[in-house]
Amino acid sequence: MTMTKGFSPEVLRLDHQQEADRICTRIRGLMRNQVKRGGVVVALSGGIDSSVTAALSVRALGRERVIGLEMPERHSARETLALSGKVARALGIPTLVEDISGILQSVGFYEKYDNAVRMVVPEYGDGWTSKIVISAVANQPRFTSFYLVTQNSQKVQSTVRLPLQPYLEIVAATNFKQRIRKMLEYYHADRLNYAVAGTPNRLEYDQGFFVKLGDGAADIKPIAHLYKSQVYQLAEFLGIPEEIRSRKPTTDTYSLAQGQDEFYFSLPYQMMDLCLYARNHGVPAESAAPVLGLEPQQVLMVYRDIDTKRKTTRYLHLPPLLIEDVEWE
Amino acid sequence: MDLKDEIRSFVVDNFLFGDAEGLTDDSSFIREGIVDSTGILQLVAYLQERYQVAVADEELIPENLDSVQRVATFVEGKRGGGSCAGGEG
Repeated sequence: MTMTKGFSPEVLRLDHQQEADRICTRIRGLMRNQVKRGGVVVALSGGIDSSVTAALSVRALGRERVIGLEMPERHSARETLALSGKVARALGIPTLVEDISGILQSVGFYEKYDNAVRMVVPEYGDGWTSKIVISAVANQPRFTSFYLVTQNSQKVQSTVRLPLQPYLEIVAATNFKQRIRKMLEYYHADRLNYAVAGTPNRLEYDQGFFVKLGDGAADIKPIAHLYKSQVYQLAEFLGIPEEIRSRKPTTDTYSLAQGQDEFYFSLPYQMMDLCLYARNHGVPAESAAPVLGLEPQQVLMVYRDIDTKRKTTRYLHLPPLLIEDVEWE
Repeated sequence: MDLKDEIRSFVVDNFLFGDAEGLTDDSSFIREGIVDSTGILQLVAYLQERYQVAVADEELIPENLDSVQRVATFVEGKRGGGSCAGGEG
């Protein structure tokens, strides 16, 4: 599909009522015909995606068939619980709180993480915080590289490029968080005979920004087709509290606050949405650039980054692969 | 084995499971899906360990690392004190 004119932020504008109705009809159909469970568990993070997923689930199935699961841990942002509680109250759904710090401690997450960080910052210890950030893709044609930002107890930050092994160790340890959360979501889903609703938006789903068998796992994904800006539009329509709608998207994964655009996406979500839309609809870089406030060369680099991420994360979407087809229907 | 052969052998062993079919000295690692961003980290780790060359942030660019030929030229430049794209030599 090629769009050579008419490209503007308006291309992402939704008819809120119509889209909410379409999604809810589809959720009911999937639950009735394929999933065949009595309701859904939604992990509430206090962010926009989980809030909208929960709100759509309530609209589709009724509030008595939706339960919110809040799963903070030692590194979670302080406001996480307050915000997820606020959403649950606004939607009128019950919630359960499972602090996963104890499980993370038991599997050795905190120790493994700290040891991995000490491979590059030996003095890292009590009172320090850290996060991973990526190089800016849109500024220069470089391979993505990963940097560790640490902050000591005096709030002094330093940044170091991560070599292969510490990078893999940090990511592998951190993935415990998403996988433990998903394990608990399925525990509660099983005991209630519910399904699990996943919360990825289109950017995350398309670009592979999820942990396989962690936040990537779910029975239904009601907003995986929506660009992030569209999720915000629906949030307003669905009455998600303003405090959540005005919050900057974070990963809430590392001890030092981390924006999604620092860790994975090369641009803030509003621009990333438009770039992804433009890429999907064949908008030439020269036409997209003025709308985005970028140079055509920068848009081309983002397009290339989109293609690379698609290619390199495709395996995350794959089911276990078989040597030959096994007939089962 | 010369430098280019060693690099080629590293790529074939580590990213292609020993099957070098279709890999030329100029095959683009990224465009042909041979290496992803983690693979680049792996390649850089190999270059640093095997050839004792430091790879600066600004040298992490396709001109230096996106084919067997480019990597060989990059390492030769670093070892010989010649100039490398994005670097100061």
